[in-house]
Amino acid sequence: MLRYVLKRLVSLVISLAVASLVIFLAIEVVPGDPAAYMLGMNAQADTLAALREQLGLNGTILERYLSWVGGMLTGDFGTSYTYRTPVAEMISERLWISLPLALYALTLSTLIAFPAGVWAASRRGSAVDMGVMGVTQLGVAIPNFWFAMLMVLVFAINLRWFSAGGFAGWEQGIWPAMKSLTLPAIALALPQASILTRVMRSSLLDTLSEDFIRTARAKGLTRRQVLWRHALRNAMIPVLTIIGMQFSFLMAGAIIIENVFFLPGLGRLVFQAISARDLIVVESVVMLLVFAVIVVNFAVDVAYAAVDPRLRGRR
Amino acid sequence: MTYVNFTRGMVSALALVAGVGIAQAKTDIVVGMQLEPPHLDPTSAAAGAIDSVLYANVFEGLTRFGPDGSVNPGLAESWEISEDGTVYTFKLHEGVTFHDGTTMDAEDVKFSLDRARAEDSVNAQKALFAGITDVTVVDPLTVQVTLAAPNGAFLFNMAWGDAVIVAPESIENIKTNPVGTGAFKFDNWVQGDRIDIVKNPDYWGEPAKLDRATFKFISDPTAAFAAVMAEDVHAFAGFPAPENLPQFDADPRFQVLVGSTEGETILSTNNKQAPFDDVRVRKALAHAIDRQAIIDGAMFGYGTPIGSHFAPHHPDYVDLTGNSAYDPELAKSLLAEAGFPDGFSTTLKLPPPSYARRGGEIIAAQLREVGIETEITNLEWAQWLEQVFTGKDFGLTIVSHTEPMDIGIYANPEYYFQYDNADFQKTMADLTAATDPAARSALLKQAQEKISADYVNGYLFQLAALSVANAKVVGLWENAPTQATDLTAVYWQD
Repeated sequence: MLRYVLKRLVSLVISLAVASLVIFLAIEVVPGDPAAYMLGMNAQADTLAALREQLGLNGTILERYLSWVGGMLTGDFGTSYTYRTPVAEMISERLWISLPLALYALTLSTLIAFPAGVWAASRRGSAVDMGVMGVTQLGVAIPNFWFAMLMVLVFAINLRWFSAGGFAGWEQGIWPAMKSLTLPAIALALPQASILTRVMRSSLLDTLSEDFIRTARAKGLTRRQVLWRHALRNAMIPVLTIIGMQFSFLMAGAIIIENVFFLPGLGRLVFQAISARDLIVVESVVMLLVFAVIVVNFAVDVAYAAVDPRLRGRR
Repeated sequence: MTYVNFTRGMVSALALVAGVGIAQAKTDIVVGMQLEPPHLDPTSAAAGAIDSVLYANVFEGLTRFGPDGSVNPGLAESWEISEDGTVYTFKLHEGVTFHDGTTMDAEDVKFSLDRARAEDSVNAQKALFAGITDVTVVDPLTVQVTLAAPNGAFLFNMAWGDAVIVAPESIENIKTNPVGTGAFKFDNWVQGDRIDIVKNPDYWGEPAKLDRATFKFISDPTAAFAAVMAEDVHAFAGFPAPENLPQFDADPRFQVLVGSTEGETILSTNNKQAPFDDVRVRKALAHAIDRQAIIDGAMFGYGTPIGSHFAPHHPDYVDLTGNSAYDPELAKSLLAEAGFPDGFSTTLKLPPPSYARRGGEIIAAQLREVGIETEITNLEWAQWLEQVFTGKDFGLTIVSHTEPMDIGIYANPEYYFQYDNADFQKTMADLTAATDPAARSALLKQAQEKISADYVNGYLFQLAALSVANAKVVGLWENAPTQATDLTAVYWQD
């Protein structure tokens, strides 16, 4: 077991190193000088040179890469070119919006998907099943930004129940803050819930056709008892995997929804940083997300191995 | 107290609160803006968003722009200009303090101007200070600026956001905590979301009427529309969705302000690249373009046609649109004369704003009519600056030159469209040296005519300043002579 964990750990470090190199090179080779962007069309050559010097853009690529990686190893993510504040500070501020939003959306999507999936699976082929499948088909197909705009039109402009966007701030209290995340969370949750419902349903149906279910039924359990006691638990594995994947997607992939609701989250930070050529911010945020995904995968690998001894033997 | 009494008490308390609300007009405002400032130092970046928040509100210069673009006294209450036009003696207002309580005096002026023109200066408009040879403190309220040569635009230059007066005491943290002398103090910045400013109770001049203002950053046009409609923001300066303006105009809750900006939007042409080095080809381009169709199609009708690189609201403006009237047949014959009877193909590189992206499609179609094929490339700003502006690797591009009174760029042969004409350069040199208003006016007219007759670029239209506001908000600037959202005179009508 220890040997296996060590092996996975080595591969984790190698993955991170390769990822940092790829991210750095991919972003550095894209044309566009950050200093020229900041000083605009009337900048003089000597001013540009002075700013490049200030930003530390004058070193070779290798020097800049090493100083970036070296900084990250000591917890220093560098200083944003445009905002001139430490990147770590900016990321942690944005996480206070992106993380709660992702959790909120995930909770909503799970709360919708669970009952809907079980309901549809337990009445396979019925009108209910058809209805749920139809609605989820729509949910997957509707672009979430369009759905978001529709909600703004109805709930913010016509009914005035919510504001059209923006974030109230946690210092205003938990309810105003949660309220400003509600419409975005619903918009994010809709397609996720639809996918999850479908996974839930098909996974449950697969399990219901397994031999041990037939045995349980033969033993005298009712359909309902079999469903709740035996089938659901076994059907959860693919569902949980999907939920895990959805979480990382929600963390990084809320860019469009953050734009529609003008929320100052992580996605919008990356979006702004890319167009402003704030390379250090882009590199550090992307690296952080890669780090999160790789570490989660590592944890999952180890957990699988702990549960399933067969995995330890492989490789 | 019985329950009934308690309820009654609550109701009357509510009535009282409501009554106060009706009697007193609102004293806070939320202003929407599309772009967020990268940082808060107007003297070290080109980003117009910095001035949009801070100019006139938080920071002030020796002189300042009025809503009509005129240059008015700012921190300097008066000035004298020496006989030869090279020495400006500014008399400063008495009793001006920075928001941190320190006094604003001649030392601060010297510090600000010296910092902007220093060797390691990162001022985006360093050229504004180029002629200054010396800044001398005469006494705490008098400062003397010496120029190498007379400069008729000097007072104008000092009104720019890049020339505001900053203090050595607070310069260290200016990017996150700007300390100025204005009628509003910086209060709070939630990055990615908003900036709050509050009334400065110790302001030296006419105090602000609002107690508090919030700038909210909404980049998406649809979101901007929703935020105004839901009345989450009370005014939106530089409204990004012109297609929605008629809807606001028809709604009694809102007012639409349509003004002019300093943005000459042009089809920039690489004058050193064949075939554009031939004036006949450039003239053909000018006649192939239907400006009104571009204004209607790309800007939903907002914008004023121009025939040279000069703002139509300026007193010295000459209407030269007749020089390049829409005439595709003439364009074709000019091309034939220049040796391109079957046309040619070139590149059209477009930066992100909608005037460029939408306008580019229309221009491409119009040029195709006369036989010119364009290969359109959409670029982000950073790439545009590198390829087009610095690298000069382009045939055509569309861009709005938003700096006020920037006709002088045509005198710089290194500037990206590379117009190199000795006559024009002489005109501009004469203009800089001239301080007599009549002489300056004549030279400015001459300059406009010259670049119009040389068809340096395709002159399209003056970018409109489009704002939407709550109908009860009074005192917003209609025009945008500089990138500013001057809130010092804004208030709510009862």
